[in-house]
Formats: sequence, structure tokens, C-alpha cells
Amino acid sequence: MDLKDKLVSSFLAFENRVDVDTYVHDVRSDAIKIFEEKGFPTKKEEAWKYTSLNSVLKQDYSLFPQKESSIEYGDVKKYFIHDIDSYKIVFIDGKYSSYLSQTTHDGIDVCLMSAAISKPKYRLVIENYFNKAATKDSLSSLNTAFSSEGAYIHIPKNKLVEKPIQIIHFSTGSEAATMLQPRNLIVVDENSHVQIIERHQSLTNNPVLTNSVTEIFTNKRAIVDYYKIQNDSENASLIDNTFVKQKRESHASVHTFSFGGKLIRNNLNFFQNGERIDSTLKGVTIIGNKQHVDHNTLVHHIEPNCESHQDYKGIFDDSSTGVFNGKVVVEKEAQKTNAFQANNNILISDKATINTKPQLEIFADDVKCSHGCTIGQLDESAMFYMRSRGIPEKEAKGLLMYAFSNNVLSSVKIPEVKQRITKLIATKLGVNIGFDL
Amino acid sequence: MLKIENLHASVEDKAILRGINLEVKPGEVHAIMGPNGSGKSTLSSVIAGKEEYDVTEGSIIFNDEDIEDLAAEERAHKGIFLSFQYPVEIPGVSVTNFMKTAINETRKAQGLEEMPAKDMLKLIREKSELLEIDRKFLSRSLNEGFSGGEKKRNEIFQMAMLEPKLAILDETDSGLDIDALRIVANGVNKLKNKDNAVVVITHYQRLLDYIVPDFVHVLYNGRIVKSGGKELAHELEEKGYDWIKEEVNA
Repeated sequence: MDLKDKLVSSFLAFENRVDVDTYVHDVRSDAIKIFEEKGFPTKKEEAWKYTSLNSVLKQDYSLFPQKESSIEYGDVKKYFIHDIDSYKIVFIDGKYSSYLSQTTHDGIDVCLMSAAISKPKYRLVIENYFNKAATKDSLSSLNTAFSSEGAYIHIPKNKLVEKPIQIIHFSTGSEAATMLQPRNLIVVDENSHVQIIERHQSLTNNPVLTNSVTEIFTNKRAIVDYYKIQNDSENASLIDNTFVKQKRESHASVHTFSFGGKLIRNNLNFFQNGERIDSTLKGVTIIGNKQHVDHNTLVHHIEPNCESHQDYKGIFDDSSTGVFNGKVVVEKEAQKTNAFQANNNILISDKATINTKPQLEIFADDVKCSHGCTIGQLDESAMFYMRSRGIPEKEAKGLLMYAFSNNVLSSVKIPEVKQRITKLIATKLGVNIGFDL
Repeated sequence: MLKIENLHASVEDKAILRGINLEVKPGEVHAIMGPNGSGKSTLSSVIAGKEEYDVTEGSIIFNDEDIEDLAAEERAHKGIFLSFQYPVEIPGVSVTNFMKTAINETRKAQGLEEMPAKDMLKLIREKSELLEIDRKFLSRSLNEGFSGGEKKRNEIFQMAMLEPKLAILDETDSGLDIDALRIVANGVNKLKNKDNAVVVITHYQRLLDYIVPDFVHVLYNGRIVKSGGKELAHELEEKGYDWIKEEVNA
């Protein structure tokens, strides 16, 4: 039985096991129908032209890992941003780990999707927001159909959440192969501000496929900064579907740092429903071997006087492949839109590939939209300049690549996150830089 | 210190240097002048170890060692410094971090420990004052958005930090106003001592009023066609290069 059939046929049993008595039940039932009809995307679809899921779909995944696994904090501490005080929502093989987590209901809700779906006090928020940003594509629908656990974050109005929130999914390899479908809902009300760090981490080399959906709602003047650290093991694949729905004067940023994993597909979608909205999408990708990272972004400018800033950098070694497909839609009403998009890439090896494609659909006439993509090697004159100062070739290369990713890091607002990313980049490039940017 | 014998170099099979002979001893200042396209910048790049150039004949001996097979960074570690005519912009790397990396890599190559942060700061302060460089300037990205004068001053600042045995200043005066020229020249003169040497490559005599050479060489068509004292530079300033060309071609 292929993975699609296995998923579809297990749906009823899954629903019976969780609950069938909620609003979410109807949403799930609709979603499984969409997935059943569409199936997994193939390379025939324009949006999947350069990314094939075949190799990750052929595993015999365990869909609902049953074994309870425990993890010692000491063993996984390094995957946390542990040098700051933070809220933590941690899952092990898809199941909540209260031991590793630190949730709260003190003025804000930082807790679990499973609780939000089942408890009456969250009913209104769930009905207003759950699955209201996610599109009806096959993978998001698949996640919706099986959505039962993940992070639920609700920040009421006028709250500055001082501690960042870390959402971490560990997989322990307790099954030969595991498929996980976390579902996160983040609602930030008027004037509130929250910072979130997300990470998926496999602790073994057993195959893992994560198909994640995160819906983020930023209401009037809210600010959300979201950091995704993708540095997973070589057999872990991630399909990340993130939807950000913004209301007027809100600011939302998503930084995606992709340094590891077998296959990563980031479907990152921003919808601007209001004026004077600011959306920021940035990413650094540094991969090698046969790794594959695909950034598929959409910014939908619907109303006037809004901005979007996209800046993605990629460094590709060995036979790795990268994809950047950045779509910007500016509706007729969205006059005075400023939309910027840049995708710069360095290919270190002759066998590495990047497919980059800006896609601008502009229906308004008074807008500033720019896009640019570059694919290059390292600047020879810069190399000679640095070497002539005594910096050896390897370090000079590292420093140049490091500098190349710098302007993406400059907008990271949590110093400890910036430091961690800096270190990851240095390790990834195999150089000892000796200073922080 | 530097002994160049019958040096021939070419880029993409085009011969540019056609038999250069030059000897520079510790404590000396040499000026290399010549019309555009005579090979001045090629000579400096070849000494510094730029890989695009093929040395087809002859040798470059630095402190009794043939350096032809050494990489640019190894030459730097031995004390060769090139001040670039067009310093390269490196966004994302601050002047300070660049210097820290350069100094510590050089120390590593010489078997020394990294320089303690405290000493590094002191050195940076000292040398930036010498070149009248504002502290804020040091945290900016290397050469990015610098004016012509700032770039050149920054080159000499790097030279001051690295304290090379042999400094080659390639057209350091181009793009400098008179005040910047004085600051740069003053910096070079203060760094000058009996154990190091400077080769000034220039098109004009102007810089040589401030950095006074012991020897002046005229480079033309890839060869040194005339050598003399500092008065030769004045003669060139007055009469231009045409008489040299005529002499050579005659």
C-alpha cells in the first residue's frame, strides 16, 4: 500500500481515537477528502517542478508512533536556545513532553493544540482561526486531516511577551520510519509582540518525514518574529507549510535557516489584509552532499501602502540542490505597495544546482516592486585581497561566505539566536571565524 | 631583501613583464614610475602572488628564499604587503574583524598564539590615530561605501597593523586630495625604519614629495628602462614620458 492509501485508510481510526465531537472534526473530514482527491504533489505541477517527493514517500512510515520515548534534557540541551529564559513546547515523536516543556496560562496561552481543540474555553478562538489561513492544497489538507497536536499560542491584546517561545519536535527513531504532522496555531491580538523559535530534530538516522502546518494571525499593530532552525539529520525530511495572515499595521517576519536534512520544502505564505502592513521573509541555506532545500514563498498584497521584504541567500556544495520560487501578487487595490525580493546564491561545487524563479503578478500601477536573483562563484578579487593580508584560502572563503549571509542575520532580533546561527554557519562552512558578526 | 631577476610574467598568454631586474635592500624606498600600461600594477600583483599571472621566466627572491611557489597568504606571512590600487569591497566584514583575522592568521602561521583582545584593541587604537581614522569607521564593512581617500587610508592602516617588511604601494596617491595624501604619506614615513622597505608605484611625482625615494625606476613595456635618484622623478614630472619612449625606441 502506498503512503497515500495508507493515510486515507487510517483516517477513520485516527478520528475515532482522538475525538469526533468538535468543530475541528468537520474541518478534518473535508480536508481528508481534498487530500484523497489531490494526492501528493508531483513534478508535473508547476510549483513542484524542481522538487520530487518520490524518494521520501517510498518509506513505510509509522503514522502514529505509539512507543513512549523519554529523553534526558542533558542529551538534547544543545538543540534548545538554552542560554535565555524562554517558554518551551516540546514534543517527542509527536507527543507532548511535559518534562521538557514550560508552558503558561498566565495572561497569555502558550500550550497545546490538543487542549485547544478539546476544551470549551478555546472554542471561540479555534472556530475563528483554525484552518482559516491555510490553503486547501494537498499537503496542508493532509496535515489538517490529521491535526491533533502541536503548539497553541494565543497572545491577548497589549502584551509584550518578553520570553521567546521555543517549539521543538524531537523524533527518537523508536519506529523504523516515522511520519509526523504537527499543527501550530498562533494568534497575536492587537498591539502584542511575540518571538518564536521552531526546530525539528531527529535524534537518530531512521527516516522521518514531517509535514507541518503553522498558522499565524497578526492582528492590528501586532508584531511577530518567527525563527525556523532547520538543521536536521541526513534522513529527516520536512515539508513546512506556514501561513501568515496579517491585519493592518502589523509586522511579521519569518527567518528560515536551512543547514541540514534530506529534503526540505518551505511553503511560506503571507496574506496582507489591511493597510501599512510589513512582511519580512528571509533565509539562509547552506547545504552539501545530496541535500535539497526548496523555498516556495508567496506574498499576497491585497490592500494599499504595504511593504514586503524578501531576502534569501544560498550556498550549495557537493551535489546539493536548491530551489527558490518567490511569488509576489499585488492586487489592483494595493497601490503604493513596496515589494522587494532578492535571491543570491553561491555554487561551490560544479555539481551543485540552484533553480531560482521570481514570479511577480502586479495588477496595480503605482507600486515599487523589485526582484533580483544571482548565481555566482566566490569573488576572485576579494579572495586575492584577503589572502594578500595573510588570510589563508579556506578561511578567506569561509569569511566571504559568512559575510555573504550577513545581511540576513542582521535582522535577527534575539542576540542568542543570532549567535547560535552564526556558530552553526561557521561549523557548516568548516571555519573558525574567531568573532561574531 | 627583495631581489627580482629577469622576471617575465604573462596573463592569458599575453606577456606583460619582459625581464625585470630590481633589488631592494632594507631601509630603502624605491619608486617605480611609468606610463599607463607599462606593467606597474602587474609587477606589484606578481610580487604579492596573484594567481592569474604566470611567471614564465626569472625569479623573485625574498630574504634569500624563492617565493614563486608560495601562495599569496604565505607571502603575506613572510612580510610582503600590497596596498591595492582598487581595494576590494567586502560587505559584512568590518574593518576591525578583518584585521583581527588577518593578524591572528599571520601569527598562527608564525607559530605564535592569537593576540589577546586587549592588545589588539590597543594596537587598533594606536594605528588608527596614526592614520587619523575615526573609530566609527572601523566598525563599518570593509571598504563598502568608502570614499577613494578612505579606502587608501584604510590600506595604510592595514599596513600599519601588519607591520610588513616590504610594503608595495600601488598607486596609493590616486583619488587622494592633498590632506589625505599628507596623512597617508605621514603614516608611511612613521612606519618606515632601517629594517623595512617601501616600493612606491606611481604615475605622478606628487606623492614622492612626501615619501622621498632613494631610487626611482622607470618601467616601460615591461622592462625597467631607466633608474636614478629622486631627481629623475622631477625630470619625468617636467618632461613627461615621451622622451623615455623615444630613447627606448631609438
